[in-house]
Amino acid sequence: MSSSKTPASGVDPVPNRIQARPVPRPGRLVAAVVVLVLAAMAANALITNENFRWDVVWLYLRDVVIVRGVMWTLILTFASMAIAVVLAITLAMMRRSDNPVMRWVSWVWIWFFRGTPIYTQLIFWGLIGVLYPRLSLGIPFGPEFFTFRTDDVITAFWAALLGLALNESAYLAEIVRAGLTSVDPGQTEAAKALGMKDGKIMRRVVLPQAMRVIVPPTGNETISMLKTTSLVVAVPFGLELTFAAGAIGNRIFLPVPLLVVAALWYLLITSILMVGQHYLEQYYGRGFGTATGRRGKDKGPGGRQAAIAAAGTVKEDVNREVTP
Amino acid sequence: MSVVADSAAAPAGATDMVSVRAVHKVFGHGHDAVHVLKGVDLDVARGEVTVILGPSGSGKSTLLRCINELEEITGGSVVVGGELMGYRKDAKGTLHRLHPKAVAKQRSRIGMVFQRFHLFPHMTALENIMEAPVQVRGMSKRAAKQRALELIERVGLSDRMDHYPAQLSGGQQQRVAIARALAMDPELMLFDEPTSALDPELVGEVLSVMQDLARSGMTMIVVTHEIGFAREVADHVVFMDDGVIVESGPPSAVLDDPTEARTKDFLSHVL
Repeated sequence: MSSSKTPASGVDPVPNRIQARPVPRPGRLVAAVVVLVLAAMAANALITNENFRWDVVWLYLRDVVIVRGVMWTLILTFASMAIAVVLAITLAMMRRSDNPVMRWVSWVWIWFFRGTPIYTQLIFWGLIGVLYPRLSLGIPFGPEFFTFRTDDVITAFWAALLGLALNESAYLAEIVRAGLTSVDPGQTEAAKALGMKDGKIMRRVVLPQAMRVIVPPTGNETISMLKTTSLVVAVPFGLELTFAAGAIGNRIFLPVPLLVVAALWYLLITSILMVGQHYLEQYYGRGFGTATGRRGKDKGPGGRQAAIAAAGTVKEDVNREVTP
Repeated sequence: MSVVADSAAAPAGATDMVSVRAVHKVFGHGHDAVHVLKGVDLDVARGEVTVILGPSGSGKSTLLRCINELEEITGGSVVVGGELMGYRKDAKGTLHRLHPKAVAKQRSRIGMVFQRFHLFPHMTALENIMEAPVQVRGMSKRAAKQRALELIERVGLSDRMDHYPAQLSGGQQQRVAIARALAMDPELMLFDEPTSALDPELVGEVLSVMQDLARSGMTMIVVTHEIGFAREVADHVVFMDDGVIVESGPPSAVLDDPTEARTKDFLSHVL
């Protein structure tokens, strides 16, 4: 309700309402005008520049090869994220394990995959058939039962997918770990005191609360992954958007408009993902905007998450890793 | 009510519910080591209420947490309901650490109520109470719900059963926490300063639930600063300071006529 100005009765309840002039801020107006002029110049330079060949951009935006590239990009993005999430949860739990070997392996994994460029990793995944021509199943250092040609098993697609997933798992593992540590240790203690076993405590008590911290940055990682897929050219995997657009561009001697085509598609998908991210963050009620009535019977969407937020059992200000 | 009375029914032959012998607890190692419990002996008979008093840092809470294995003891032994906690002793007298699953099972027979409630925030009051019977005992959801409804009525919160903890006052949360612990039919209840985090006007409702519980014959160990509760409900009062039990006995003796100077000093500050 608006309490200012005049209420319905027409009588101002504040008899001595202050009627003052605001502080003059001429600088604001000047700054706004300057910025708007610069923006108009940039837009003009973009649209009127013949070199961009907007007609070609428009033509190829709906090209079947480009659209197929978009599909492959989406497949790579979501499949690699799915694999990475599973790996990351495993790695985060290993990191918290009592077993020093598990902790160490997890640490080394994260250290390696976060510490080397994704581009280099993808090149090595592409070279795996050269480095290890044959893969076999058998007893370690002992006899082999099955042998495959590496190139038959790890195709370019799988090399790209594994490369992306393993790299991402290292970043996500840190996010999951931050989520797990953000949950009040009292929650684990209470569950222990009830006689719950470690696995149950993790699944029923800790993870559901950690999701508040884990899910929003994971959405962010997904958006980041969408564009990282363009690096699978290093494998080389030649069906995704950037490679497809580049190939057409080289063929018709017009690389620039095709790069613009790819960029526009990335922008479109990112925009859609951003909408999803927005709702995700709303659901998980980050920040303090989603106030719960202390006694209100709030069982609507987000009620459970809002209840966790209000209970304060999850620290919101944990330092999170963000992919560059 | 009846349920708790059932669980308090003694197995043949057992006299002491809890028997703590020469328990030492050291946190950390080397120079950082802190010796919190320095040889504590405590016996609690079945159906008895023991209140532990003492200044902060005296080791009261640690003692409580050692009884249900939330802390591993450094020396001595804890026996609850005739069962050695955390270890198995073989024929030669060698101790073997129990598997975490076995420890979890031992804990499931002991209810604990925390200073800061520690209700599960993503579950409603009713779901909080149902959680352990379903997940630990493998009880059917239906039976667990039936039981939870009885318990929530017992703590006087039937009208709040669908609320999340964040929508409940501190006193109400603590009452739900007590009901949650009772849902496992414990033979022993531990209370770790259950009213210390509450606004003064909410303390009464929690204490009255605890008093009812004591009357129903539950064995209880209560760490608290509520001298009135100790005087009225306790069968036994224990005064701890600096990791040892300084004085113990019936409330009239310890509270009104303490023999030790440290007890007198403490009571003069609290009363």
